[in-house]
Order: sequence, then structure tokens, then C-alpha cells
Amino acid sequence: FRDCQQADIRYLSGWKQWKRTSSKSLKKVLNEVKELSSYLKLWRHDIHSIEGKFGTGIQSYFSFLRFLVLLNFIIFILMFSFVILPSVISKYGVFNSSFAKIPPKNIEPHCTVYKPSGNKGLVYFYTYLEDLFSGTGFLEVTSLFYGYYTIDAAWISMLRYNLPLAYLLATFAYLALSLIWILKRSVEGFRQNLVHAEDQFQSYCNKVFAGWDFCITDPNAARLKHRSLQYELQTDLEEERLKQKIADRTMKEKLRIYSLRIFINIIVIAVLSGCFYSIYRATVFSQENSSVSIRHDIRRGSVANLLVQYLPSIVITLANFIAPQIFSFLIRFEDYSPAFEIRLTLMRCIFVRLANIGVLLFSLWSQISYCATDECKACGYNYELYPCWESEVGQEMYKLMIFDFMIIVAAVLFMGFPRKLLVTHCSWKLVQWWGVQEFGISDNVLEIIYGQTICWIGTFFSPLLPAIATIKYFIIFYIKKISLIHTCKPAARPVRASSSNFFFLVVLLIGLFLAFIPLGISIAHIPSSKACGPFRNFNTSWAVVPDTIREFPTGLQQVLYGIASEAFAVPFFMVICLIMFYFIALAGAHKRVVEQLREQLVLEGRDKLFLIRKIAEAQRH
Amino acid sequence: AYKRFSELLPKEERENACSARVPKSQILTLPELRANPFQHRICRVFSTSDDGDDSMSFEDFLDMLSAFSDSATPDIKSHYAFRIFDFDDDGVLDRKDLEKLVNCLTGHGEESRLSNAEMEQLIRNILEESDIDKDGTINLSEFQHVISRSPDFTSSFKIVL
Repeated sequence: FRDCQQADIRYLSGWKQWKRTSSKSLKKVLNEVKELSSYLKLWRHDIHSIEGKFGTGIQSYFSFLRFLVLLNFIIFILMFSFVILPSVISKYGVFNSSFAKIPPKNIEPHCTVYKPSGNKGLVYFYTYLEDLFSGTGFLEVTSLFYGYYTIDAAWISMLRYNLPLAYLLATFAYLALSLIWILKRSVEGFRQNLVHAEDQFQSYCNKVFAGWDFCITDPNAARLKHRSLQYELQTDLEEERLKQKIADRTMKEKLRIYSLRIFINIIVIAVLSGCFYSIYRATVFSQENSSVSIRHDIRRGSVANLLVQYLPSIVITLANFIAPQIFSFLIRFEDYSPAFEIRLTLMRCIFVRLANIGVLLFSLWSQISYCATDECKACGYNYELYPCWESEVGQEMYKLMIFDFMIIVAAVLFMGFPRKLLVTHCSWKLVQWWGVQEFGISDNVLEIIYGQTICWIGTFFSPLLPAIATIKYFIIFYIKKISLIHTCKPAARPVRASSSNFFFLVVLLIGLFLAFIPLGISIAHIPSSKACGPFRNFNTSWAVVPDTIREFPTGLQQVLYGIASEAFAVPFFMVICLIMFYFIALAGAHKRVVEQLREQLVLEGRDKLFLIRKIAEAQRH
Repeated sequence: AYKRFSELLPKEERENACSARVPKSQILTLPELRANPFQHRICRVFSTSDDGDDSMSFEDFLDMLSAFSDSATPDIKSHYAFRIFDFDDDGVLDRKDLEKLVNCLTGHGEESRLSNAEMEQLIRNILEESDIDKDGTINLSEFQHVISRSPDFTSSFKIVL
């Protein structure tokens, strides 16, 4: 290889040589800059050592976790600089600033009554603890929740800062930022996945030639890798034999299997509806019976009160735990190929986790917008129980996040470590066979995606939530790392890095789109609360945008109305469809070219053989 | 890298490490190679020693590191991978080479080998996917074609000191 390079250099002229050396030195400089910047990357050394000991599959989980920490941190910076900082500055009068609370116009006065008790007077210490965990009491009036931002305009030394507009735009900005960042990261994985999916019959070569991970330095890890490679090859060969068997099935067997699958799907739907209904009832019960001081004057025992407040979170966590076990039990009867089994169970688990959040929010809304009296209908929401309903939703999201974090820590402390202690010190056959916990990559990933979806939905109602999420994921990284090193054994089924990265990002995207729906409904459909928050003077939170547009110069207004009208939207949509069809046709054409080239390669090989045979014959005569 | 190389030499020879050759047994004590099932092949491929004892000079060591580094092109990596997998050094990967390759991957030991039937099925599948001219062996260009379609090759075929 070096001889090649030397030969090249001899034939180049002086000018080309100078260009080459200068480009080499430029490359060196760029390399050093890249190396320096990679030193600044968070946790670079930890993730590298995990990759060496446990392989690239588990390492991709930890890089994904690092990505989420960064994403949440950036979202927090965004919300902080545009929403929290101006509010805090103007409320405390720094830099000669003040804020204006414009009195609400033409709204019924009863809608605007909101007296959150900030724990005035003598209270017991445990009330503070209780309030910390449930977001009520003294926390309700801090900048953690929506109710603090009851500012219509802030004056920061002669500049007028339109806080309602900033709040809404910051929300859209963080959603757009998350979307763009995730798409950017997934494009790379998508390209790999497409190449891999196209040539399904290359999988054996990939496993054999690229199977051994040369980064592995630990003999234990090497042994595990050997075993996982052997397992993977054997499973693939078995799957091929199974496919052959499926193709040979008779009509009677097919009928039996399809009816069994339909029956099992009905059971799955039943399990899902059971989960959703129990979440709905738990939320309704919790909302009706939690004694927040604003609603009833009776104070129950605080632990019971806390339990009632956390009831939705507990039910959701139970459902998230039980449902996947049921699904993985049922799928054994459906007789699919092993790879499809895993994918289908994963899809069902994702659906359960994300839909649970949706059901919780839906039941919250049905409580909030339940209106019996005329006065209530005038406000648009249940003003007696929820004078500041956005803060209530924020509190639920806050509770979900705290509970999720506690469950993750508790699972490691109370399930991982005792199990490992049991296995090391107790030599019963049964215990040894049960073994230590496996580090299930997909389960862990679903957990953190669930947490991230809560963060996305909750940030509109509670601007400090991304900061809590950043700290939470930061701590979870270290907890999971410790749990991995001390209490887990890697999964027996190996996970490929290229497809798993793309898979995590796709599921994260599903979570993001699911977060769009509740936010869209809250912003545009449900009337904003008239007693608190920056959107007091508007019908809905979205209404601040048309109001601002109305203040623009007429020309700009006309342009914006034109863009939003049908005369523009329909042709635009048709053009986008045309472009999409063009790209699909192009992709199909490329595929055909690839096929043709492969055939040509085969023909070349045959030509060569033919010629060699002819030469051999000619030599013989 | 120079530091790591000179650590492998016995103390007397450390000063002129640039020209000394390190015997194979010492090379195999490197942590990156210790757990690698292809360690012997790697030493054989990168060693330029004339007496076949697979000892490596500092230049060979650098060659090896650069071939396994992140900045090596896929072309170079596939070239070296082909030479490493070619157990009998005949320039093509035939059935025996593939069999030895798979046995290296699944580990040493009786229960970690694939059964004969599975090995037959596996080799048949590999040749079906990669052998374009259907001669029963994989030559360098077929190997490079297969590697270029393989998504995991660049990330697994690397050693970082």
C-alpha cells in the first residue's frame, strides 16, 4: 500500500505535489480540531469503555441518552432566555423594568378568581415535602408552573417585551428544534437501513465478514461476543429453515393459524382497553378526591393524600410493566418468525406506553371542560375546580416525571442489586438458572422515550420541566452505567448498532408527533384560563398570533392571509405530491440500474471463464 | 503509539526501538489484540519479516494501526480484511478458509462450533450472496463488493489505541 503511494508521488509534477502537501497539512489541522472538540464531548471516555466491554448495541443506548441530555438542555436554554428570564427580571424590577397586568376586558368576573395558597402562616414541615412531590402549595406559585407568568407585557428599560407571543413562539421553537435535530440524526441511519433492507440476502456475509467487533479488549466480552455470534448465526439458519416450513404449509393449517392470530389480537385489544379504562378511572378518582387546599378544607393524612395524587402515575407505571409481559407471553402462540415476533411485541409496547399518556391527558380534559352550569359555559372550562387549568396539567406532568425517575432508581436499587446478591451468594439450582438481570436495550429505550414525551408535552405548561429532565437523565446515565457494570449481563440476542440507532430515533419521532396532538388541542381548541397565565385576554392560547398579525402593516398582512388561504395551499400541496412522485420514480429507476449492473458483473465473470477455457483448448492443440 | 511499541520491547533494546523487531509473542500481549480471534492472522499479514517468524518492526506496527484507524478508507480496510481472512494465503477465499473463519468467530471449544449441516448451509448461503462468477471461491473484487454493501464493516473493523 505504501509502495502504491510512493509510485504515485514520483509521477506528479511540482505544482501538484505542493497542492497535495498543503491539503495534507490542512487535513491534519482539521483532524486535530476534531480531536480537541471530541475531548469536550460529554462522557466520551465512559461511553468508549462501555463500547469496549459490552459491544456497540448497548453503547448506542448510552449515546442516545447523551443526545437526550443535550436536547433537553438546549430546550431549557431556549425557554429560559425567552420566557423565564424576562418574567423574573420584570417581576423583581431589575434593570429598571416593570410588568403590566392588563385588566381583563369583557370577561365574566367569576372566571378570574384564583387564589392559590402559597402556604401562608404556620404550616407543618411535611406540608412542604408533600408540596414538593405534588407540585401544589408553595410550588404552584413559583416559576415552575404556567400560573406564574400572568404578565401581559414586560417593560425592560423602555423596550416592550410581548410575553404571551414569546411564550407561544418559544413553544413552537422547541418543538421545531427537536424535530429538526432528530431528523438530522436519523437521516444517516436511514441511509444505512435502506442499503441494508434492499439487499436482504446479504445478511450472512455481513454477519460473517463484519461480525467481529475489533474494538473488544476484554476477554470476558470476547467470550460473550463469540457466544452471541454463534447464537445469531444459528438463529438465522433456523429462521431460513422456518421460512421454508411456512411456505410448505397446507390450507387447513393456514386457516387454523390465521383464526388463532385474530383471536389473540382481540385479546391484545381487550388488554389495551382494560389499561386505558383503568387509567381513566384512576385519573377521575384522583382529581375528585385529592384534597388540595383550594378545593376542600379538610386535610387528610398526608401520605394517603400523596398516594391519591400519584394514583394516575402508579396505574400508568403498572400498565407499562404488566402489558409487555402479557404481550410477550401471547406472541408465542402466534407462530411468527423470531425477528417478526420481536418487532411486533416492540410495536405493541410502544403503543401501550405512548397511548397511556394520551388517555391520561384526555381524561384530564374531560374533567376540565365538563360544564354543567351556564356560568361555567361562559368561561369555557370548569372554573370552580380548575381556575388555572394549565397549572393543573403542568402538575400532572411534573408528578409523572418525578414518579418515573423514582421508579427507575427503585428498580435498580431494589430489583437489580438484590438479585445479583442472591445469585452470587445462593447456590440453589433454581436461582442460578434464573440468573442476573439482562440489560434489555429496547425496554430501557422505551422508558426514556416515555420520559421524553412527558417532557415535551409538559414544557408548555411548566417551563422549568426541561431543566428537571436534563438533571434526571444526567443522573440516570450514571445509575444505568453502575447497574450495567455491576448487576447485569448483556442480552443474549445481539443487537446491530446501525439498525438500532435508526430504530431509537424513529420511536422518538413517534413520541414527538404524539406530543404535538395534546399540545395542539390545548393551544388551539381549549379556552385558556382567564384567571392566570399570559393568555388571559385571549380566547385560546393560539389567538395571540392573529392578534399580532393584525398589528402588522397591511401589505404584510395580505401576504400572510394569502399564504394561509386555499388558493395557495392546494397548488402547493399538488406541487409537493409531484415532487414526491418524481423522487419515488427516481429511486425505482436507480434500483433497476443496480440490478442491471449486477447482471453485467455476472456476465463478465462468465465471459472470463469462457475465454480461459478457449485458451486452454487452443493451448492443447 | 511509539510509547506503546517501545513498551513491548525488553529494556535493553528500547533506545533504538525504531529499528528493532518485536517477536510475535510480545505483540500478542497488547490488550487490543489479546481478545481478538484473528490475532495470528493479523501478525502474519502485517509482518514484513523475511524469516517468517511474524515479528513486527515499528513500521509494521504503524501500518497495522493506520489500516485499523478511523481515517483509513474502506478500500484499504477491505483489502487488509481479505488478506486476514485468507487463512491459506492463496489469494482467494475458498470453502476451507470460510470454515476456519466461522470457527474463529464462534469461539474455540467443542460446543461452540456449528454442526456440519449448519456449516454447510451457512457456507452455501455466503457463497450464494457473494460469489458472482460462481466459481466456488471469493476473490478480492467480489469480497470488496460485498463489504461495500455491509453497513457494520467500518464500525467493527477498527482498533483505537
